[in-house]
Amino acid sequence: MRIPYLLPLIGLFLAGNANLSLAADDGGSRDLVIKDHVFTPAEITVPAGKRVTLHIKNMDATAEEFDSSALKVEKVIAGGGTGTVYLRPLAPGRYKFEGEYHEKTAHGVVIAQ
Amino acid sequence: MLAALLIVFREVIEAGLIVGIVLAATSGVRGRGRMVALGIAAGVIGACLLAAGADRLGSLFAGSGQEVFQAAVLGIATLMLAWHTIWMASHGRAIAGEMRALGGAVSEGRRPLTALGVVVAIAVLREGSEVVLFLYGIALSGGASASGMVAGGALGVGGGVLVAILLYRGLTAIPVGRMLSLTGGLITLMAAGMAAQAVAFLQQAGLADMLSAPVWNSAFLLADESIAGRLAHSLIGYTAEPDGLQVLVYAATLLVISGLARAVRPAPRAAVMPASAAAE
Repeated sequence: MRIPYLLPLIGLFLAGNANLSLAADDGGSRDLVIKDHVFTPAEITVPAGKRVTLHIKNMDATAEEFDSSALKVEKVIAGGGTGTVYLRPLAPGRYKFEGEYHEKTAHGVVIAQ
Repeated sequence: MLAALLIVFREVIEAGLIVGIVLAATSGVRGRGRMVALGIAAGVIGACLLAAGADRLGSLFAGSGQEVFQAAVLGIATLMLAWHTIWMASHGRAIAGEMRALGGAVSEGRRPLTALGVVVAIAVLREGSEVVLFLYGIALSGGASASGMVAGGALGVGGGVLVAILLYRGLTAIPVGRMLSLTGGLITLMAAGMAAQAVAFLQQAGLADMLSAPVWNSAFLLADESIAGRLAHSLIGYTAEPDGLQVLVYAATLLVISGLARAVRPAPRAAVMPASAAAE
């Protein structure tokens, strides 16, 4: 039942979307550390239009949620834990993120250029 | 304290809206109170277990276990909501009729009720685990502000529950037949939203690497971070900047559920007339 509905939609979509990139370019990986509810580095520069892997290490004893509606990422990282986030290929610009559990101190920005 | 209140309030509202709609959709069905209570209890217990195991879950699947888990859980919720909607389409008329006649003796109410109990459990599980992690962090860091933060958290829970009750009251004030079709529509949109959200989690985990370019940006109309945006997100899966795959899955889920519901819906007269004729 699902397939007959999907196929025409996919076709429609492929026809209308020139941005389609099935083969992702690898923009490398970046490390991000949370300590005392602060992100280091607070600015991360990535190449625009490439997929980037973000490794987040939480050095605090308490959990933090890496949260960014601009990057479309929501990820809980347990106290003392690590997490991996895949950033979609980004258009050039600034993309803010914050630690949802400590919004006062935990801020950062991804700069795609 | 205010920050704790806001965070907990947001999470509880997101789960509370789903519980409110489920309660409204099943109003008058026997045993639904117990099923929803069981769902909430299972969700709370699951949320605590999930929070306790967050570090282990997080490290599974090359650090993306959490996303895979969320996507799986949302996929199950979508299926349960689809099942309920399609089941209601084939039995809804009889249920509305029985409710008017007998004040709530629906013999066949059990089956979609189980599905909705699972949906309630999943909603509470997902939002609850974040609340547990957040409040546990506050308790752990201690300090003079901890008690104030916990009080804020408690107020947040209270406020979220209140909003869910208001939504439920609002929906049940509508005449039964109309309310059932309204909640049916809401549940279909909710299911599509959950399916699209599952896709977003798979993309975040790098497992659905296609059509990831944003299709539009309506943040100037309704931003994701605003309270209204969050409500729209948990109700109908709104997101200001959806990408191609999300839009596709959203539309496909809507089409499949409403298509199947239409296919199984009994013919308007034929299904009702014999039953009422037999009763007379």
